[in-house]
Amino acid sequence: MTQTVDIEPAPALPNSWHMIRTLGGVGILCSLLIVLTFQWTLPIIEKNKAEALERAIYNVLPGATERATFRILEDATITRFDEKPTGGERLVYAGYDARRQFVGIAIEAAGQGFQDVIRLIYGYSPQRQQVIGMEVLESRETPGLGDKIIKDDDFVANFAALDVALDAAGTTLRNAVVAVKNGKKTAAWEIDGITGATISSVAVAEIIDASTRSLLPTLRGPSGSRHFWEREP
Amino acid sequence: MTTLPAAEPAGLDTDTFLKGLWRENPVFVQVLGMCPVLAVSNTAMNGLAMGLAATFVLVMSSTLVSLLRNVIPKQVRIATFILIIATFVTIVDFLIQAISLDVHKALGAFIALIVVNCIILGRAEAFASKNSLVRSVLDAAGMGLGFTFALLCLGVVREVLGSGTLFDIPLFGDSFQTWSITLLPGGGFFTLGLWLLLFAGWSQRRQRRQARQEA
Repeated sequence: MTQTVDIEPAPALPNSWHMIRTLGGVGILCSLLIVLTFQWTLPIIEKNKAEALERAIYNVLPGATERATFRILEDATITRFDEKPTGGERLVYAGYDARRQFVGIAIEAAGQGFQDVIRLIYGYSPQRQQVIGMEVLESRETPGLGDKIIKDDDFVANFAALDVALDAAGTTLRNAVVAVKNGKKTAAWEIDGITGATISSVAVAEIIDASTRSLLPTLRGPSGSRHFWEREP
Repeated sequence: MTTLPAAEPAGLDTDTFLKGLWRENPVFVQVLGMCPVLAVSNTAMNGLAMGLAATFVLVMSSTLVSLLRNVIPKQVRIATFILIIATFVTIVDFLIQAISLDVHKALGAFIALIVVNCIILGRAEAFASKNSLVRSVLDAAGMGLGFTFALLCLGVVREVLGSGTLFDIPLFGDSFQTWSITLLPGGGFFTLGLWLLLFAGWSQRRQRRQARQEA
């Protein structure tokens, strides 16, 4: 007795050129979609970022109603900067109140946090030699814990009058900015930490300490010279 | 030349859309896409934003996969699907930045990780590559909204217990002692476990009721 078995023919192998053509074609289509979306959203994203920075500058300089941008050059000279930033410049922002009186300088700084780099901006008053405001611009700290550096009003209040006075020679900070355990703050240069977000709060203290230590002597300039912020806003 | 199968049922039914929401919920029933489920469900807003971003990628990539299903050779289908999914993830990244920088900040690296969310590749491979455009879009929308629903379920519980707020609105007085553990990855596991238990319980009850009715 013979048995008939139907054998399905093996599927034909695709032509190599067809595979390359398909992948290449889909690649070109995908590239077009990405580039078109990028070109369309870029001005909106840049506008959003500029608005967020603008809001942050006025938040960290209480009372300021207008601002001027200055650029710190390699040789530590500071010049007025009215162009569109390209991202590589070291910029600081001088704020002035409604009577055109100088309020302070907003400075961007960044450093390693618990999850990723924390980017923040703080206001500095050269007359009071104090940090007068701080706002976190970018952070990926743990929601509910590390993000208290943004949301905890008591922590943010540390930066309303944080002492960052320079030493007599004007070359470095008189006292290091440090974070202490919550409720243990005794000096004006100490930051009351956050319970449950120790690493994040210490990171903010270290960022401000490093930034003020390196930048404030430059911003103050040689003694007797006219300060850059005294120029027309 | 071997291309992806084009076979598909002719009729349209609401079940294609509805099954992803409940009966075949990608998180509570299929237990897929656990990385963003555990990582980005720590607040209700994060869960909602991640769910909607994944839904957009799921619907758009299923649309393109379904449209191209007859021209993609089987041998290069995975590479092609990943290319399509990565494209829409890049697009959603730009769109979120354009809509809200705050939401983009909150979701962080997890937007990029939508590329490797197995629900999206799974639906492209199992459904969109074998079905018509309309059915594929309905299936993707149902699965995406089911995923969003699950993230929201986790986000609500974790935020209420961990922060005492819902969508950043305080629910309790200052005396409320928050359960910070629910905001951490470990708390995500516990909350997910409880939701899975609840879903399994409902499912068993429904099956018993059906068995009784049939008897």
